[in-house]
Amino acid sequence: MLWSWLDDRLGLAELGKLAVKKRVPVHRHTVWYYLGGMTLFLFMVQVTTGVLLLFYYRPTAEDAYESIQFIMAEVQFGWLVRSIHAWSANLMIFTLFLHFLSVLLLKAYRPPRELTWVSGFVLLAVALGFGFTGYLLPWNELAYFATRVGTEIVGVVPAVGEFSLRVLRGGEDVSGATLTRFYAIHVAVLPAIAVGLLGMHLFLVQRHGMSAPLEQESRGDAPPSMPFFPNFLLRDLVGWLVALAVLASLAAFFPTELGTKADPFAPAPVGIKPEWYFMFMFQTLKYLPAHILFIEGEVVGILAFTVGGLLLLVIPFLDRRAARGQRSPLFTWLGIGLIVYAVVLTYLGYTMSPTQ
Amino acid sequence: MRGSVADRCFTVYALAALLPMAPHAGRAQETQDPSCVACHGSLPDDRLATPAKLFPTDIHAQRGFTCVACHGGDASAAGFEAMDPARGFLGRPRGRMLLDVCGRCHSSAEFMRRYNPALRVDQVTEYRSSVHGQRLLQHGDTLVATCSSCHRPHQMRPPSDPQSSVHPVNVAATCGACHADADRMRPYGLPTDQLETYQRSVHWRMLSEEGDLSAPVCNDCHGNHGAAPPGVSWVGNVCGQCHTTMAEKFRDSRHAQTFAMLGVPGCAACHGNHDIQDATVSLLGLDSGAVCANCHAATDGGGLIATGMRGLIDSLETRFDSARHQLERAERAGMEVSRALFQLEGAQNARIAARTAVHSFDLIAVRREVETGLAVSDSGLAAGRRVLKELNFRRTGLAVSVTIIVALIAGVLLKIRQIERRG
Repeated sequence: MLWSWLDDRLGLAELGKLAVKKRVPVHRHTVWYYLGGMTLFLFMVQVTTGVLLLFYYRPTAEDAYESIQFIMAEVQFGWLVRSIHAWSANLMIFTLFLHFLSVLLLKAYRPPRELTWVSGFVLLAVALGFGFTGYLLPWNELAYFATRVGTEIVGVVPAVGEFSLRVLRGGEDVSGATLTRFYAIHVAVLPAIAVGLLGMHLFLVQRHGMSAPLEQESRGDAPPSMPFFPNFLLRDLVGWLVALAVLASLAAFFPTELGTKADPFAPAPVGIKPEWYFMFMFQTLKYLPAHILFIEGEVVGILAFTVGGLLLLVIPFLDRRAARGQRSPLFTWLGIGLIVYAVVLTYLGYTMSPTQ
Repeated sequence: MRGSVADRCFTVYALAALLPMAPHAGRAQETQDPSCVACHGSLPDDRLATPAKLFPTDIHAQRGFTCVACHGGDASAAGFEAMDPARGFLGRPRGRMLLDVCGRCHSSAEFMRRYNPALRVDQVTEYRSSVHGQRLLQHGDTLVATCSSCHRPHQMRPPSDPQSSVHPVNVAATCGACHADADRMRPYGLPTDQLETYQRSVHWRMLSEEGDLSAPVCNDCHGNHGAAPPGVSWVGNVCGQCHTTMAEKFRDSRHAQTFAMLGVPGCAACHGNHDIQDATVSLLGLDSGAVCANCHAATDGGGLIATGMRGLIDSLETRFDSARHQLERAERAGMEVSRALFQLEGAQNARIAARTAVHSFDLIAVRREVETGLAVSDSGLAAGRRVLKELNFRRTGLAVSVTIIVALIAGVLLKIRQIERRG
């Protein structure tokens, strides 16, 4: 009765048919398909815990730290919600990186999935933006100085740097104005962008289905596959449950620390480090010489990262061989190089002395 | 004697003649006296050349004073004529003359106002009252310290400058230059271990290791220009400059009168003087190392009070430590206990108040403070236990949740198997 009433109005049966029709290719790389769903699950965890945190969090330089202290000590299960939010953020970025790299190496960006790649890549940038803006919100010492260093890097960009720095900080220095700004970006601007992009990304995945690897596709015969519903979705569910157990364990055994309250007048502590996912870029900037061909080393570094990011964004249009269904080892090696570079620089970032 | 009077008269006239040579306030003289520096700067004898080389860093040079301001003479004349006594040349001022040379400016409020209105102008008067000044002025002892003994000539800097010989960190070494010199002190029969013992004290450690420039150095207890050893009856006033509450409590106690009667120096009787150590609780009571045991025995009233006070303070220390330990354990486990730790500061304050109250030698006063501290420690301990219980609850909750999740995973896996077998 209710079903048919809803079906008449929402077309549920059509959606159901769509779900039943959808199939997922089965091959030795199928495991990578789960990463997108895993990232989506962690994003949903972020949305849920983030909304719960909003009930108590106060985004001012005077109250932010104390409100989180209150969440951690007084609010029922506040510690759990905040710790899961912080851990899930890190896990989400991690699975997002894996998802991105698997798509890159499997060349799943081949036509007709160029826009899926583009929307996914922008979502990755949005996720990094979530990480950067969220890191400041507890208003503790580490976050304060890491944000100061992070925003300083933006200021180095020629022509627009100075302006962007002021816009980002809401003034000359990181202050209460920066906090409210980051808060607005974290809870309103980025979620709005993310929801739009995510809708587009999921629609495109649904529209084009999962991409099979090149070698399987080039064989021409119909590849083995399994139904998305319920076979693949139940497998996804297993992954999500595992992630939930991992998150609960991390929150119970390693609740996120709060540190000491930010004091803008205190000297910066030694060895300020960004979040792990920014480490490879941060470390690269440290290794660059003061000047490269009359241009400041940092400027060259930032321009290189910007150009690198843009190249990655348009990679489906550059990799013509893959677009034609041919092997493109150059892009495979570029992907592997990128992974090695990021891993090595991140490792160095955590092991080298802070002054090097 | 007559010669000496004549000398003094000459000095006064010469100094009066020099007064106009002092620069006007706010106007620094661009160059050194050309004739003094021209010759002295290139002399092979270091004793004569060094002053000319050092002087530019001296605060007087920076304020525009030149050699003639202290040494007299005529800088505009060439060669030895510049050092003609007829032109007011004083040579190297020393002994009594130094008091007149320095005091000419430094004792004049009107003059000093133009350079540093906050600077005192009673140094020479104070000096006359000091042991140094009395020996110089009454006994003609020219070996005692005068202005230039502590304020290095030609390289004077304000006391706030770490390179100054009278910067807090350097004062002990400056006084020790004479007072730690056994040969120099022998004629006076003074001990020479003050510097060595002071450098073992908590005051020196605070100053030199912790960088606390408010920690006392020689002149904070002995005075500087009016330097003299604190008398037995007023040593408490000296310590009380910083340790106000302890000094007040001690002054109102029975011990103050008794010590005065016995001629025992108040604070120093228990804490020593130059080598004052951290005042730990071990000084209290009758155990070994406790200073009360120097005069009291277990059977006398004082001994009983000493043991009672020690017992009370020990009980507070124990309870406070266990509360802090409990909260720190919870903190290490990742629990948020900053508020409880902040509240425990109240017990820390009570600890300090109880240890201060010891100086009244009043068991009831000590008990009052200890009881406040015990109450705060108890609530800290209870908060710690509550948080650790909460931690256990979290772990149990986690175990239950993970079990449920694992059961769900198993269920889903079975379902997948079932579907795929059927398919």
